[in-house]
Amino acid sequence: MAKVKVIEKYCKSCGLCIEVCPKKILTIGDKTNEKGYFTVICTDQEKCIGCTLCAKMCPDVAIEVYKDKK
Amino acid sequence: MEKVFARSKGLTDVPFSFCPGCTHGIIMRLIAEVLEELDIIEDTIGISPVGCAGFSQDFFSCDFIGAAHGRAQAVGIGAKRALPDKIVFTYQGDGDIAAIGTQHAIHAAARGEKITSIMVNNAIFGMTGGQMAPTSLEGMKTVTSPYGKDVSTTGYPIDMPTLVANLPGAVYVASVSVDSPKNIAQAKKAIKKAFKVQQAGLGFSLVSLLSTCPTNWNMSPSDSLKWLRENMMPVYKMGELKVTEEVESL
Ligand SMILES: Cc1ncc(C[n+]2csc(CCOP(=O)(O)OP(=O)(O)O)c2C)c(N)n1
Ligand code: SF4
Ligand code: SF4
Ligand code: SF4
Repeated sequence: MAKVKVIEKYCKSCGLCIEVCPKKILTIGDKTNEKGYFTVICTDQEKCIGCTLCAKMCPDVAIEVYKDKK
Repeated sequence: MEKVFARSKGLTDVPFSFCPGCTHGIIMRLIAEVLEELDIIEDTIGISPVGCAGFSQDFFSCDFIGAAHGRAQAVGIGAKRALPDKIVFTYQGDGDIAAIGTQHAIHAAARGEKITSIMVNNAIFGMTGGQMAPTSLEGMKTVTSPYGKDVSTTGYPIDMPTLVANLPGAVYVASVSVDSPKNIAQAKKAIKKAFKVQQAGLGFSLVSLLSTCPTNWNMSPSDSLKWLRENMMPVYKMGELKVTEEVESL
């Protein structure tokens, strides 16, 4: 089990995380943060494998990733 | 569940001031992670430049000194000579280090000053609105080269890491890119090595990172990464350009 968490205040809607996600479960949502950016949301947490590629590509350190302990 | 990716302690909680999709932010994150992993946050003094990274002191949790445009290395060398036990790094755009500050880059390397310089090359003057830089590519359209950069009057792109690598005082020089997770991992390794070189007191280290400027390139963040890959990576020599024997054995 893994989980991706977008910290809304940091997200600038650039879309770079969306492109690198191998599971294609990230998309721009329909709600804005305080700066007016439409923040990224995860459409299917069940499918997240915790690979951290989205977080590593995010220029604004807006993503945290969690994974079950092995 | 266990956190497998979280914000580094090397960063404050202040959001970056960069435009959406600008890879300056990736580079700052990598440096912060390296400072944390080497446990040197408290011992480090960063030198911020003039340019889009001019607010660096707000984002890093280590100490910082602000320098005038192009003078980050001069200030950093002063700090390091006065406080040799500190780790000193400069964070500079290509305009800062390869235009107005070129002489410092060359002489810091010639003298083997024991500091680490991070060069962020987006081939343009970002902060001032996208003017042509000495690092702009042949034919590149900018606000001051609207018909494309004419190298016969404005010169070929300056490959600063290649120049610096030729100087004996430079012991570690790398040219990397942050266009993909794989290259980002490589970039982090290079940054870590550059800081280790300084910890060991071996000499001058420089890491140049190819970076995007979606705003002044007039491209989406994703197209900017593609443009960097297709246009900048073939022009600039990539990889570890200089690794002395002493550095190899670190
Ligand atoms: C002495 C001096 N000359 C010129 C400027 C104007 N200026 C501010 S930032 C900049 C260039 C920044 O470009 P770069 O170093 O490539 O950084 P970027 O903003 O692209 O990250 C210039 C020319 C200045 N602030 N001070
Ligand atoms: S951790 Fe991997 S699978 Fe999960 S959202 Fe990020 S990129 Fe997609
Ligand atoms: S990469 Fe980061 S800033 Fe860009 S859309 Fe994704 S979460 Fe937001
Ligand atoms: S102007 Fe260019 S380099 Fe500066 S923050 Fe914006 S995208 Fe980044």
